[in-house]
Amino acid sequence: MATGLANTGQQAHMKHSIAKTEVETELPLGNKADVVITDLSRQFGDGSPVLDHLSLAIPAGEFVALLGRSGSGKSTLLRTLSGLDPVEHGDVVRPKAVSVVFQESRLLPWRRVWQNVVLGQNEPEAKERALRVLVEVGLEHRVDAWPLTLSGGEAQRVALARALVRDPSFLMLDEPFAALDALTRIQMQALVLTLWRKHQCTTLLVTHDVDEALVLADRVLVLEHGRIKVDFPVSLPRPRRHADPVFEALRGELLHALGVHDT
Amino acid sequence: MTARFYLREGRRFLSPLLLVTVWQIASACGLISARILPSPVQLAHTLWGLIKNGSLPTNLLVSLERVSLGFSLALVVGITLALISGLSTWGEDIIDSPLQILRTLPALALAPLFILWFGIGEEPKILLVFLGALFPIYLNLHKGIRNIDPKLLEVARTLGLSRAQTIRDVILPGALPDLLLGVRFAFGIAWLMLVVAEQVNAESGIGHMMMDAEDLLRTDIILVGLIVYGLLGLISDRLVRAGELWLLAWQTQGSKHI
Ligand SMILES: Nc1ncnc2c1ncn2[C@@H]1O[C@H](COP(=O)(O)OP(=O)(O)O)[C@@H](O)[C@H]1O
Ligand SMILES: [Mg+2]
Repeated sequence: MATGLANTGQQAHMKHSIAKTEVETELPLGNKADVVITDLSRQFGDGSPVLDHLSLAIPAGEFVALLGRSGSGKSTLLRTLSGLDPVEHGDVVRPKAVSVVFQESRLLPWRRVWQNVVLGQNEPEAKERALRVLVEVGLEHRVDAWPLTLSGGEAQRVALARALVRDPSFLMLDEPFAALDALTRIQMQALVLTLWRKHQCTTLLVTHDVDEALVLADRVLVLEHGRIKVDFPVSLPRPRRHADPVFEALRGELLHALGVHDT
Repeated sequence: MTARFYLREGRRFLSPLLLVTVWQIASACGLISARILPSPVQLAHTLWGLIKNGSLPTNLLVSLERVSLGFSLALVVGITLALISGLSTWGEDIIDSPLQILRTLPALALAPLFILWFGIGEEPKILLVFLGALFPIYLNLHKGIRNIDPKLLEVARTLGLSRAQTIRDVILPGALPDLLLGVRFAFGIAWLMLVVAEQVNAESGIGHMMMDAEDLLRTDIILVGLIVYGLLGLISDRLVRAGELWLLAWQTQGSKHI
């Protein structure tokens, strides 16, 4: 894997001249790349490729935000990384223990909250494990509830708990807060940050919200035409303030890259 | 489950009660001939007589036995076939297409054939009940399995659930509401098949009791038979509904809070 990293690191550097990939030379947690995507392509039918020779390396423990317009292939990339979609062309190296949280909580309505969290884990101490994680996401009072009685934010917390209970070393989140109201979304962002710090897992967050990306991530990517068009680090200390001039500048840059221009 | 609930439940009985009262008054005033439609009091009398001389319990038991045998068989076979065809593509090809063709056949039309084949024993009656109940059970469960939300199946995959775990935790519970719906339909059809089977050719059972009464011009016994059939249908429907409340608590208790 070490050689694989050196390789892709360089490739990423060469192929995406726009990308500011210097961050890879100063990894915060040692030099181990956790996730390495090399030359990944994906095409549906005869259309233009959704992923087009995409390469990307994510160091262990890094929090990466992936931005892109609707239909740019963010979910396709995530689905490929999570193993839901096949790797048709290219190469993907990733840890074995991965977890995914989708935009919809995708809880089984016929299993209670705690049973959803430890779904498929049958050992006797499963409920205790579920309880512990549910406390972490602030849902200790809904342990025995039916999923249909949860609010949108609560359901996403359960989905997060279900992802974390498996101790993933790579956590993928596909627009997990897109369907939530603004207030709940802010709470969930704080929660994700706390959980990421605690569990120290490599995290890839797909979002269409530029502010969300800048508040949370160590590094922001923009996907366009099947490739990583923009790739830069966000070195602002946390917690981050929207009013910070650096934040503002990054925000403008990202919006520009996404094709939104301030008037 | 408060006073309001009981009030509503009580209201449901209001119109039938009123109807029976009007009927009784009309009969007492001689507006309805007792030979065409005996009064409710007369019917109660007949019912009591049939219970006391043992003919109603005996025939009822025979009918119940036929329905439970045919229905259980339909349940076992229907669920097995639906599982096989719902969970595998080859099963779908082998089982589903022929069953989809067969279901368009009116099962009642098979009665003469069954009697030819099996004579007047228990087999044709049980078989008719079985066939009638089989299709709603099979079709609904099959549909339920096929219509499981693919997003939930994806979750099962990302969580690393085995095939057996996916079937147990995702597919079967997800298809259960459809199965129960099928069971309710199946009960309705099962009683219908029983009535026909017992009236066409039988030496016992509620249907037979009614046919005998026809020969004796006993409208009252026929009506008692009808009432018994009606009650049986009602009770089986209530049983399935109770089962739904219990088995689908996640649905009923879940939606209450939304
Ligand atoms: N299973 C599929 N079959 C055909 N086209 C698909 C499929 N999945 C995604 N696509 C197409 O791929 C493109 C990218 O989709 P997606 O990855 O969901 O975008 P995003 O998540 O960035 O909004 C879209 O144009 C979509 O129509
Ligand atoms: Mg998407």
